[in-house]
Amino acid sequence: MSDARTAILGRLRASSQVGPLPDLDTAVLERRHWPISERAERLRKGMEAVHTEFLDATPADWPGVLRAFCDREGFKNLLFGPTSEAGSILAADWPAGGTQLMPYDRPVEAFKDELFTGVDAGFTGTVGGVAETGGLLLMPGPAEPRLLSLVPPIHIAMLKASTIHDTFWAAIKALGWGRALPPNALMISGPSKTADIEQTLAYGVHGPKRLIVVLVNDLA
Amino acid sequence: MHAENEILFRDSAAKALLDPQLRANFRRAMDGLITKRKAQFPDPRDLQDLRDLSTAIRSRSLLNLPSLLEQFEAQATRNGIQVHWAETCDQANELILGILRSKGAKTLVKGKSMVSEEMHLNDFLEKHGIEALESDLGEYIIQLDGETPSHIIMPAIHKNKDQIARQFSQKIKDAKYTEDVDELTAMARKVLRQKFLEADAGLSGVNFAVAETGTLCLVENEGNGRMSTHVPPLHIAVMGLEKVVATLEDVAPLYSILTRSATGQPVTTYFNLITAPRGAGEKDGPQEIHLVILDNGRSNIYADPQLQATLRCIRCGACMNHCPVYTRVGGHAYEAVYPGPIGKILTPQVEGVGVRHDLLHGSSLCGACGEVCPVQIPIPEILVRLRREATHQDPGSQVVGKGTGRTSSEDWAWRLWAMANKRPGLYRIITWFATRFGKALPAGAPLIKDWTRTRTKPVPAHRTLNERVRAKGVPHV
Amino acid sequence: MKEVYFYATCLVDLFFPDAGMAGIELLQAAGVRVIFPEGQTCCGQPAYNCGYWEEARDVARGQIALFPKDIPVILPSGSCAGMMKNHYPELFHGQPEEAQVRAFSSRVFELTQFLVNELDVKLQDLGEPVKVTWHSSCHAVRDLGLVGEPKQLIAQLSKVELAPLTREHECCGFGGTFSVRQPEISGAMSCDKAADAEATGASVVLSTDGGCLLNVNGTLEAKKSPLRVQHIAEFLWERTRAR
Repeated sequence: MSDARTAILGRLRASSQVGPLPDLDTAVLERRHWPISERAERLRKGMEAVHTEFLDATPADWPGVLRAFCDREGFKNLLFGPTSEAGSILAADWPAGGTQLMPYDRPVEAFKDELFTGVDAGFTGTVGGVAETGGLLLMPGPAEPRLLSLVPPIHIAMLKASTIHDTFWAAIKALGWGRALPPNALMISGPSKTADIEQTLAYGVHGPKRLIVVLVNDLA
Repeated sequence: MHAENEILFRDSAAKALLDPQLRANFRRAMDGLITKRKAQFPDPRDLQDLRDLSTAIRSRSLLNLPSLLEQFEAQATRNGIQVHWAETCDQANELILGILRSKGAKTLVKGKSMVSEEMHLNDFLEKHGIEALESDLGEYIIQLDGETPSHIIMPAIHKNKDQIARQFSQKIKDAKYTEDVDELTAMARKVLRQKFLEADAGLSGVNFAVAETGTLCLVENEGNGRMSTHVPPLHIAVMGLEKVVATLEDVAPLYSILTRSATGQPVTTYFNLITAPRGAGEKDGPQEIHLVILDNGRSNIYADPQLQATLRCIRCGACMNHCPVYTRVGGHAYEAVYPGPIGKILTPQVEGVGVRHDLLHGSSLCGACGEVCPVQIPIPEILVRLRREATHQDPGSQVVGKGTGRTSSEDWAWRLWAMANKRPGLYRIITWFATRFGKALPAGAPLIKDWTRTRTKPVPAHRTLNERVRAKGVPHV
Repeated sequence: MKEVYFYATCLVDLFFPDAGMAGIELLQAAGVRVIFPEGQTCCGQPAYNCGYWEEARDVARGQIALFPKDIPVILPSGSCAGMMKNHYPELFHGQPEEAQVRAFSSRVFELTQFLVNELDVKLQDLGEPVKVTWHSSCHAVRDLGLVGEPKQLIAQLSKVELAPLTREHECCGFGGTFSVRQPEISGAMSCDKAADAEATGASVVLSTDGGCLLNVNGTLEAKKSPLRVQHIAEFLWERTRAR
C-alpha cells in the first residue's frame, strides 16, 4: 500500500500552505498551580467524586494498611508484580494466611482464564498523580504487566503524595514522557464507568468495579 | 427545486419530529450535557485561553501535517507499530481483512471508533466471515438492534432505559427483564468480558497520534478500549489522517478541553497511551499493533485554506449537544456517519455538496456550534461557503460536487431578488403593493404555504418606513 | 450636533415601521441629528447566506453608496448590523472596493449598543407596570456580542419587570430562508420558543430583530396566545415619550 502513502502525502504536500505557525500560549496551563501540601487533597477530592476509595498510610505502614484492607474485604488473593518496587516491598513483609499474594510472573497466555475469573484484586504502584483533576499515572511494563490494573474486578494502587503534579501537562513534562515514552502509559481517575444508558452513571462496566488508592503521606 | 439524487434532510427531519419519545430523549440528554459542560468552564477567560491554545495546536498540526505524518510513521515504526495507509474506505477495509486473515483471526472485538463507522467495517467483515463485536456499551446496544450511532460520543443516546431493557431481555441469552441501569450494565459486562477473553483481535480508534513519540492516545471511561487493545494478541487501530499532533505536551490541553466539552467531565476514567506492542520481558499486551491511516476525502478538504479548519475537529460532539436542530431531530435524521453541525460541514465535503445541498440548508445559522467549538471551527461560515460551492462553479475550488446543487428556480429567485433590491424605484413599487395588498396574498402561495404551517401569515404594515420618514420630514442628507 | 445615519433594514421597513420610527425618535431625543437616506432596500444577507454572493454584492454596493459621510450608521437589527459590520468585509474580500467597504463596516452600530455605549442614554419610565421577556437574537449575540445593552436599557425602566426565558440564547427558528426551506424544523423551534415565552408569564416578548419578532409573533398568533411581540425600540419609545 505504499502507493496510497505516496498519493496521500503527495496531495498533502501539494496543498500544504507555508506560513507562520500560530504561537502556543500555555499561560492557561501554568496558572493551574497548587502547593505540594495541597495537591493530595485536591487529587483525592477529584477522584472521590468518581467513586475512588482512599486508604491513608505512611511510608512505614502502607503494606500493613493494605494487608488489613485485604483481610477486611476477605480477598482470597491479590495479584501483583513481584519485581516492581512497590511489589517487592509488599512481598518482603506479607504475613502468611488470609489473602494470598499472587505473582503476575508468567505470560498472560499461560493463565488468561484464571486472570479473568480467579483473581479478586490487582495491586500496582504508580509513577505519580495529577492534582488538578485527580488521576494516577501508571507505567505498566515487565515488572507490572498492563492487565494488572484492568482485568481484576478491584484495582488497588499505591501513590506517594510527593509524586503528585499540578496538571497532566506538568506531569508529562516532569516525567519526560515526550522524550521516551514506555510501551504503555496511563492516567486512571477512577473505577471503570459508563453513562451510555440514559445518561445514568454506572460503575464497573468492563474494567475494575472499584479503585482503591493507598495514599502514602511521604511529605513530612 | 432540488437537484437529482439529492438526499433530503428535510424529509427525514420531518419524520423524526413526529416521534415525541425521540424528541424527549434528545432534549433531556442535551440539556444535561449543556449544563455539565458549563459547570466545567466557570471562568470565561480560562475557557477562551484554552480554546485559543487548542486551536493553535490543531492549526499548527495541520500546517505541518505531511511532515508530522512522516515523523509519526517513522517513530511508530521504530516502536514496532506497523503503519498502513488507505486512500479510501474500501482500501482500509481490505487492509484490515488482510491483517486479520494473515493471523487466522475469526473474531474481532471493537473499542469505539467513528472512523470504522465511516468505513462500515462491521458489515464488511461480517460478509467475509469475521465477527466484529462492538464493546463500548452504547455501541453494543445499537449493534444488537442493527442501528448506527445517533451521536458520536453517546451512540445510544436516542434510546431510553425501557427500550434497552426490552432489547436486552430479548437478545441476550438467559437475560431477565430489568430497567435497573446497574443490572443492565452488569449483563453487558458478563457477555463482553467473555468476548474480550476469547477474541483473536481487537480494534480501536485513535484520539490523538503523537509524532514525536509515535504514540496512539485513547480516551475512554469504560475500559473496553483498554480491553480491546491489550487483551487480544493483535491490535488494529484506525485513524483519520488529521489526528496527528506534534508533541505529547500538545495532547494535554486538547485532552482537557475534549472531555470537558464532550461530557462535562474534568477527565475521563482512562487516558491510554499506546506506544509499542508487547516488549522484551513484558507478560501481556498485544504481540502486534497495526495502524491504518485513512484519507477518505480528507486530503481534498486539506487543500482549501478555509475548509481545512474542518480537520481541526477533535470529535467532542459539543456542537451537536448545543445545536437546536440536532436536539430536535436526533442523529439518525442526518443519514450520515457524523451528525450535527460538524457532520453538516463534513459530510457534504466528502459525499458532494450537490447531493447534500439540503443538509447544508438544514441550519438557521444561529452560531451556537461555533460558539462552543473547543477548536473554534467557524462552522456557520463554512456552511455558507459550502452553500455557495453547491450552487457555483468557482474555478479555483476543489470542493466535491461543486455547482451540482444549482437549480434554475433558485437561480431565478435570487436574480429577481437582486433586481428588486438594486433598484430603489422598483423596490418602492413592490413594497407599495405589499403594504396595500399584502393582506390579500393567498395562503397557498409558495413560501407563504411553508411559513404558515405553524404561523399566521405575516402582514406588511400599512405604510413602509421609507414612506413614513418622508412624511415626517426626517432629513435624507 | 452629533449626526448619524439610520438604516431601516427591509424587515423593519415593511413589517415594523413603528419600530424604525421609534429608533429614529430615540436617537433624536438623545440630541442626535438622524439622516435617513433614500433608496434603502436590503443589506443583502439573504442572498449572502444562501451562497449567492454576486447578487448580495450587487445589492450591498448600492446600499453602501447611500452612506458617504464618515458618521455612524445605526441599524435597529442585530442580524443586519452583523451582516454589514462583520460579513461585508468577507463578501468584498479581494474586490476592488474592499478597503472602502471595511471603512464603512467600522461605522456600523446596532441601535441599543449605540444608545448605551456611545450615547449613554438615561431613560425615564412613564408607562404602567408591565412584565416583559427578552429574546436575544442569535446574530446579535454571536456576531455582535450584544448581550447586556438591551437589558441595561430595560433595567432603566422602573415599572418594567423582566422575566427571563429558560433558553434565552436558543434560536427561535427563523433563520431567514431556513424558515421556508426547513419549515418543519423551524416550526418546531418556533413553537418551543413561543411556549418558553408563555411560561414566563410576561405580556410582551421583546427583541432587537424583526426576523425573530415576525416568527415568534406568527407562532403565538397561530396558537391564539394573548402574548405579543414588540421591537425593543418601539417599546422603549412608547414608555419614555411624554404624552
